[in-house]
Amino acid sequence: MRYILFLYAAIAFVVLAAGSIILPDWAMFLFAMALAKGLVCLGIVAMMRGGVVSFGQGLYYCIGAYTATLAANLWGVSDIFALTLFSSVVCLIVGMIFGPMLATYRGIFFAMLTLALSMVLYGTLSKMSVIGGSDGLNIGSPTFLGWAPEGRDLQTALYIYVVAIVVITGTLMRIYFDSEQGLITLATRDNELRVEYLGASVRKVMAYNYTFAAVLGGLGGTIAVVALGHVDPEFAFWTTSGEFVFVAILAGYMSVPAVFVAAIILEVVRSFSNLYFPNTWQLSLGIFLLIVIVTLPNGLGSLLSRRKGGKT
Amino acid sequence: MSAGVLEVRDVQKSFGAVTAAKDISVSVPKGAIYSLIGSNGAGKTTFVNMVTGYIKPDSGEINFGSRNIAGLAPRLITRLGIHRSFQIAQLCNELTVEENMLLAGAIHHDERLSFFRHAHSADARERAMATLERFHIAEHRNRLIPELSGGVKKLLDIAMAMAGETQVMLLDEPTSGVAADEKFPIMDLVIEALRAEGVTVIFVEHDMEIVTRYSERVLAFYDGQIIADDTPDEVLLDEKVQRYVTGGPA
Ligand SMILES: Nc1ncnc2c1ncn2[C@@H]1O[C@H](COP(=O)(O)OP(=O)(O)O)[C@@H](O)[C@H]1O
Ligand SMILES: [Mg+2]
Repeated sequence: MRYILFLYAAIAFVVLAAGSIILPDWAMFLFAMALAKGLVCLGIVAMMRGGVVSFGQGLYYCIGAYTATLAANLWGVSDIFALTLFSSVVCLIVGMIFGPMLATYRGIFFAMLTLALSMVLYGTLSKMSVIGGSDGLNIGSPTFLGWAPEGRDLQTALYIYVVAIVVITGTLMRIYFDSEQGLITLATRDNELRVEYLGASVRKVMAYNYTFAAVLGGLGGTIAVVALGHVDPEFAFWTTSGEFVFVAILAGYMSVPAVFVAAIILEVVRSFSNLYFPNTWQLSLGIFLLIVIVTLPNGLGSLLSRRKGGKT
Repeated sequence: MSAGVLEVRDVQKSFGAVTAAKDISVSVPKGAIYSLIGSNGAGKTTFVNMVTGYIKPDSGEINFGSRNIAGLAPRLITRLGIHRSFQIAQLCNELTVEENMLLAGAIHHDERLSFFRHAHSADARERAMATLERFHIAEHRNRLIPELSGGVKKLLDIAMAMAGETQVMLLDEPTSGVAADEKFPIMDLVIEALRAEGVTVIFVEHDMEIVTRYSERVLAFYDGQIIADDTPDEVLLDEKVQRYVTGGPA
């Protein structure tokens, strides 16, 4: 059945990449940002499948973004592949440190601890004037294996790069979700006692998901900073993390594409509401989320998944 | 006592003022089928919980083979081959019957490729179906747990515990919550399946008919102590057992 997945992935890539031909610049930027944030949200979804929600994924979004920026500014690295790899590895290491520590917490404790970690980073970065303090840092345009595009070419190249990363990681995460470990994760959210008594370590399951989410957060942060050209401590602020959770809940835990659809919906609603109702866009988002929760308790993804659903 | 596969020695456990296990010593030979009887609160579940790692004894040894497993985590004890079922079946309610079985198979599968190997591969499903069929619950494979009868839940719980390489199986009240006319068929199925694989069985049971029919030896619990340890006929004739457990001559 795997080749069907690869076929879907290829179709998704072609369809999304075609956007680079049709979309105007502003829309391409909006999609790139939405997809980058979608990666972070996919990490939250990975944790949600195990029954926990992180309210501090901004931590890794921010670490990824700062790592890429510092690598570019201090060592002159501009190659986007190198930047991506470097910041994912940093996030992987940080995730492997905090993952096992947080893996014994559940529910509100897990949510608050992850939130606290991200706010510690926010506070620290805001005070560190060597790296820009609360103003943050700028990063130059990326190069692609020696190619240094400009203008529309740069936009297009960056957009295609995001699409490729999204399709590859999305496919990998689908493989993981469908795997034996993926099933163990779903069972953990349901009945930890059963899982332990079958001989699996619930703590390990939680630590793995947290670590994967850290890497996804780093990927999202790297792409976002390269697209924006700027990073500041707001990347780790709780409202940023809150948006990621919003998207994850909107998408639900069943479908990978739903996460990116939800992320795009959020960005689109935000830009249009900003344009037409500048002060009430959170209100429209809130109402939208309410409607989704009431009508589709398992999120948008339940429309895209054939899985027989349980309750939450 | 000759060395059994499971040797429990002088195990004690108190919960505050309640002594749930007092000087418990048992030797269970390989392949034997033991039953535990006793009124509610006698300490039967505590015994099962200590052997399977849910509760750490205050003192004493629980030897499995050459290893003292007292206080090991449940998952490690499971990995060693001691599996259990629960008084209230422990299943994943959001998964189907088949997926519950696949889960059990997945956990006992080689860990290395587990992030990649499809949980619903033809291979895995075949194995899951074989176990479900052995326990006569294959027809329910696509149903979610809350839709099942008590008997089917119990069977699935036990079938899942059989997915690994089971050497000792502890069944905590396998027939509680099961309709009266299903009790014997269920015990027939379960005991036959376990016996066929040479598994050592310890089951908790209130129904003396089931105890005499399926077990070769009975441990009678009262107030955290074992007051009788003998064949079913002898135990049921025991005066203390009649007074504290069965409530009169059988
Ligand atoms: N986790 C626990 N905490 C406190 N008391 C317990 C706990 N488990 C069992 N007990 C007490 O230990 C005694 C034995 O209980 P249990 O082993 O469940 O009995 P049985 O299974 O024979 O009905 C009871 O008095 C019970 O209240
Ligand atoms: Mg009990």
